[in-house]
Amino acid sequence: MVSRTRRHLLTGALLAALLVPGLAVAAPRTDLVLGMPVEPPGLDPTSAAPTVIGQVVWQNVFEGLTRVDRDGKVQPQLAKSWAVSPDGLTYTFALQAGVKFHNGEAFDAATAKFALDAIRAPGSVNPQKALYAVIADVKAPDPATLVLTLSKPSGNLLFWLGLPAAVMVEPKSRDGLKAIPVGTGPFRFASWRKGDRVELTRSPDHWDSARKVHLDKVTFRFIGDPQAAAAALRAGDVDAFPLLPAPELYAAFQKDKAFTAEPGLTEMKVVAGMNNAAKPFGDKRVRQALMMAVDRKLLVEGAYSGYGAAIGSHYTPNDPGYRDLTGVYPYDPKKAKALLAEAGYAKGLTFTFKSPQMAYASRTAEILQAMFAEVGVTMTIVPTEFPAKWVQEVMRDRSFDMTVIAHAEPMDIAIYSNDPYYFGYKNPAFNAVVTEAAQATDEAARLKAYGEAQQILADDVPALFLFVLPKLSVWKAKLTGFWKNEPVPSNDLTEVRWTE
Amino acid sequence: MLRHLARRAAGFAVTFLLISVLVFCMMEIVPGDPASAMLGTSATPETLAALRAQMGLDAPAVVRYLRWLGGLASGNLGISYTYGVPVGSLILERLAVTLPLTGLAVLLAIGIALPLGVTAASRPGGVADGAATLYAQAGIAVPNFWIGLLLIMTVALGLGLLPAGGFPGWGDPVAALRALLLPALALAIPQSAVLTRVTRASVVEVMNEDFVRTARAKGASVSRALWRHAVPNALVPVITMLGLQISFLIGGAVLVENVFTLPGMGRLAWQALAQRDLIVIQNVVMVFATVVIVVNLGVDLLYTVVDPRLRRRA
Repeated sequence: MVSRTRRHLLTGALLAALLVPGLAVAAPRTDLVLGMPVEPPGLDPTSAAPTVIGQVVWQNVFEGLTRVDRDGKVQPQLAKSWAVSPDGLTYTFALQAGVKFHNGEAFDAATAKFALDAIRAPGSVNPQKALYAVIADVKAPDPATLVLTLSKPSGNLLFWLGLPAAVMVEPKSRDGLKAIPVGTGPFRFASWRKGDRVELTRSPDHWDSARKVHLDKVTFRFIGDPQAAAAALRAGDVDAFPLLPAPELYAAFQKDKAFTAEPGLTEMKVVAGMNNAAKPFGDKRVRQALMMAVDRKLLVEGAYSGYGAAIGSHYTPNDPGYRDLTGVYPYDPKKAKALLAEAGYAKGLTFTFKSPQMAYASRTAEILQAMFAEVGVTMTIVPTEFPAKWVQEVMRDRSFDMTVIAHAEPMDIAIYSNDPYYFGYKNPAFNAVVTEAAQATDEAARLKAYGEAQQILADDVPALFLFVLPKLSVWKAKLTGFWKNEPVPSNDLTEVRWTE
Repeated sequence: MLRHLARRAAGFAVTFLLISVLVFCMMEIVPGDPASAMLGTSATPETLAALRAQMGLDAPAVVRYLRWLGGLASGNLGISYTYGVPVGSLILERLAVTLPLTGLAVLLAIGIALPLGVTAASRPGGVADGAATLYAQAGIAVPNFWIGLLLIMTVALGLGLLPAGGFPGWGDPVAALRALLLPALALAIPQSAVLTRVTRASVVEVMNEDFVRTARAKGASVSRALWRHAVPNALVPVITMLGLQISFLIGGAVLVENVFTLPGMGRLAWQALAQRDLIVIQNVVMVFATVVIVVNLGVDLLYTVVDPRLRRRA
């Protein structure tokens, strides 16, 4: 009697053992909580510049005619293919059919024309407006065809069209996109508790059956304090932090088997811009001397715990056609001193440095101050609040000697040809080369011209080229599909999934 | 009584108007505007001008001030530049976190400070007094955000008892209260330290008064003389301090809100200032001012409760 009961129990237990774990294993999680250090100011990437906007909505909620993939390559998206005329002035796009915005509106050539015209309109506040200025005319001859006519050739146009600032939007929702983003992407906007989190849910009818997303629900949580960010990861409140705000806390995550932490690179080029239009930085020798006073390796060590890559020009290793030019003016305090003397500053040099409050910037400022002191240069640090005060004083009024900022836009070397721009750098040879690069439709010629542009900047040093900020990402070891590098500031979650 | 109320209301209105002028002028002087904050390094003179026009910032200051004041009068606080949503709802969302947080912190502070301060005062120089003095000194010396970090490390990460941060919303009241408990404690500890000292000093002083001695002479026990006679008479300075602390807690919790990533008023003000979301800052300051005025009124009323002599004058 006893033994029979026991047998029954055993059978039951075995059955349960077979069933229960089976059920548990069969369903990996489909939700994700992702941490970000800064809350985006609105969710419309077509009306404001901060990269954190794209880091929530780009590729998740909004899509473009093209997209930039994790390797920085242009891929088709809402435009499934295109043809470029031999003179490089006419682009004919064949658009995807059956695409709907999250509010039910259809996407077709007329919508695409609306979105591109909105960027180019006179009152437009699109942060990258200048990139699309080459588009002279947009036509929608039929719902599936879009024709762009350019005023001059633009080898990068397909790349520019893949950026967050050029995502496709439609007229009915456009004015409210800041609060309620409506796109064609695989996730749709669900809610935004201001100051805390944004929630997205999977769109049930996304057009792209080839790119099936694995997550049903994504929560972006905004955690500004670095210690709190690390605590949230450890407590399991957050599953991933694609850009951990504290490099000094990163090594602990690299050692922890519960997390994946592989440092990658962003597009954020940290450069110490100088006012080339004024004394003493109008003299090329002064700029070159200061470049030689900087030990970039030590700087990266001190400012970002050794993560990040030293650069010798305004270009990152992620970018196509990158040249390592850190050897053009390598660290050499003796030569720096000699060159300063040659420029008439044998007795030293004094100037101010407007330093934004971000940790990387103020640390860079302090280290530069010490390195410059070694060559007899006295630099006074003036803390300058970013963005509001800094943009006004440095960008608009150009009242500064030297400053430091991370330039976030990918492939933006042409800013040194902008006039006016805060560097005050004027070099017709450089302008000619970047124009050639921008207009070349042949890939090899384009990259060659970009190479020359990098070289000219490395020689002229309009700004001290310091380092590229790393992408210090941390995610739970059971997650896969994140981008290691960030050729475009983003958190593309379309391939992210739980492995068990 | 009616005349008294009318005088008070007129006083409010004048204070309100003065604060609004002050805030508006301050925002005019602060360098930078929301347009430059939005465009960052991509700013060009053309897009800056277009964005300023879009935000209505190109109008003269007087016009903008009157527009805002008119909106305030009709209950329309305007639209946030950065979030693109009505400022009123934005502030209400935040008050739903900040007011309960402040309330909880004040309750905790009183719960710690009153027994501790009174016990310390019952035997000055005793063991309890020494402990209370030590607590008060340590509590004043240590900043609240650091206590917050310590609590996260021990209670949240070490013991796993409470969440390390974030706010789940009031949809689940238990989870919401659990999320507020640690930050409230972090806020309460330094406040209770100050309050303990004030309570102790005030009770010690009253204990030396003649009427307490008389009570003791009439046969009242030490604890009866303490709780029935001394404490009620010692409460006025404690309440004054409490009023000051509440006003501080409403806006001064920014650092603790940051550590616990709570979407409260302090962080709203701080973010709005960083983004130069002027319309949000102006209204947030007005809300702060209102809270301070209301708290002061409450403190005045409490005085009359604890001190019957004041009732006749009011």
